[in-house]
Amino acid sequence: MTETRTNLKYSKSHEWVRQEEDGSLTVGITDHAQTLLGDLVFVEAPEPGSQVQAGEPCATVESVKAASDVYAPVSGEVVAVNEELTDSPERVNESPFEEGWLFRVQPTDPAGLDALLDADAYAELVASEE
Amino acid sequence: MPFIPHTEDDTRQMLEHIGVASIDNLFDEIPAELRAPPLSGIPEGMAEMEIARLMRDRAGRDGMPLSFIGAGAYEHHIPAAVWQIATRGEFYSAYTPYQAEASQGTLQLIYEYQTMISRLTGMEVSNASLYDGASALAEAVLMAVRINRRSKSNRVLVPGALHPAYRAVVRAIVGNQGIELTELPWDERHGGIDPERLAGFEQDDITALVIAQPNFFGVLEDVDDLTRWAEARGVPVIAVVNPVSLALLKAPGEWGDRGADIVVGEGQPLGAPLSSGGPYFGFMTTRREHIRQMPGRIVGRTEDADGRPGFVLTLQAREQHIRRSKATSNICTNQGLVVTAATIHMALLGDAGLTRVAEACWTHTRALGERLAEVGIRPRFEGHHFHERVFDFGPDATGILARMAGEGVLGGYALEHDYPDLRGCVLACATETKTDADFDRLAAAAARATGAV
Repeated sequence: MTETRTNLKYSKSHEWVRQEEDGSLTVGITDHAQTLLGDLVFVEAPEPGSQVQAGEPCATVESVKAASDVYAPVSGEVVAVNEELTDSPERVNESPFEEGWLFRVQPTDPAGLDALLDADAYAELVASEE
Repeated sequence: MPFIPHTEDDTRQMLEHIGVASIDNLFDEIPAELRAPPLSGIPEGMAEMEIARLMRDRAGRDGMPLSFIGAGAYEHHIPAAVWQIATRGEFYSAYTPYQAEASQGTLQLIYEYQTMISRLTGMEVSNASLYDGASALAEAVLMAVRINRRSKSNRVLVPGALHPAYRAVVRAIVGNQGIELTELPWDERHGGIDPERLAGFEQDDITALVIAQPNFFGVLEDVDDLTRWAEARGVPVIAVVNPVSLALLKAPGEWGDRGADIVVGEGQPLGAPLSSGGPYFGFMTTRREHIRQMPGRIVGRTEDADGRPGFVLTLQAREQHIRRSKATSNICTNQGLVVTAATIHMALLGDAGLTRVAEACWTHTRALGERLAEVGIRPRFEGHHFHERVFDFGPDATGILARMAGEGVLGGYALEHDYPDLRGCVLACATETKTDADFDRLAAAAARATGAV
């Protein structure tokens, strides 16, 4: 059983989103997603300063098994990326909800967060997929 | 089991089963104007005996001319041992060795190849080769666009004095991918990139700069200045180089202050015979920081669970197996056999041998110029050259070349087809294979053909 956290929001495409105090949103992939992918070998993050659109692919995570798109859970501007993943993509496997965050977005529409799943709904989604 | 997969009867039964009248109907979805018609100009099949006869006749007509044509493919001495070893059963395959446990010898050879090419170009990493120099350049342009994500224009500066075939191939491969190729004219006097034209792009968003060293005219560019111009603007530099010239010239990894970002070129001069244009191979090296954006595969050295060394294909995730539709290129193989020959060639020659070859090319090109000057044929461009040079044969250039060819001497490559501005100019080449007697023959044939005697 993989972990879900109650303080986060989730997308149907297995990204998590955490609201920061400054209003920006941190995005990563869920424990469930990293488990399915297996050992990550490369993370291609979006360019800081670029605009992302909710539901559009904006990053790629590559494991020994597959390369998968990461979809932007909300629309906005990328304000930071986790540089540490360049050399240590395994952080995503080890700590998907903390050290393995992928990028941070300044959302254009704060309501975008409400459209995402809460932890229970996401756990249900994962259960239904298994 | 027959080699023919299905008979007419099989085909009929399959069509009947799926309820389609003919094979053509299977392609109904494709609009008629997009369907390729049967190839014109391709004759009916011939029997083996007829083919053998035809090839013998044509080979006889070619004769054994004395050739001073380079223009991207160069005659070099290939020690007999190179292909004797390359065609041994253990090596003799054009295929990429996927099955590491059964391919250690080939994988180790590619690893050695990567090491040699990296050192030659002064770069940190090499892939296991591409189809040829021109397609390697096209891949390098795509790679530079991926590296320089800050640039929004996808505008790549390409020298007009880059090999015309390379420009055509690059245009064909990247032209429909939203990448704009802007040609830099060559300087009238020295035949290299005109720095003043480069200054004209000062305010523009440039995605990458291609530098050919030597360029198609054999002219040596001021690579340090050009690279520094790009470095100051954060523009990646793609170097297109002749591998033999690198034994004498500064490695692209040392150009400017930081060095080129990507280095590509044609590997043919390293042990592949001219062979009517192929198969050749393209090489590509880059800096470690760009390794994830490099197409093709890399052979890595690793250790098994017991600490024993072994070689494997690595970083192939960008290829079909793992990235699939997200692959960075559609390169499906390396040029295994030609790379095998090149690796053996470089190993046999060593640093000193390759330097001797390059030095002989250098001095013979001078001799070529001196001998042509005796019959009044002057070089078109000033400055330094590597193993070929443009000469002004005058308005009757093609006639002169034809008369020389009649004597079995191919005096060079007429540039007027590719460069209308260089009407009457001929690109001539002399590698280490040319002797004083060859130059005598060239000068005598040129003298007769120009009417100097």
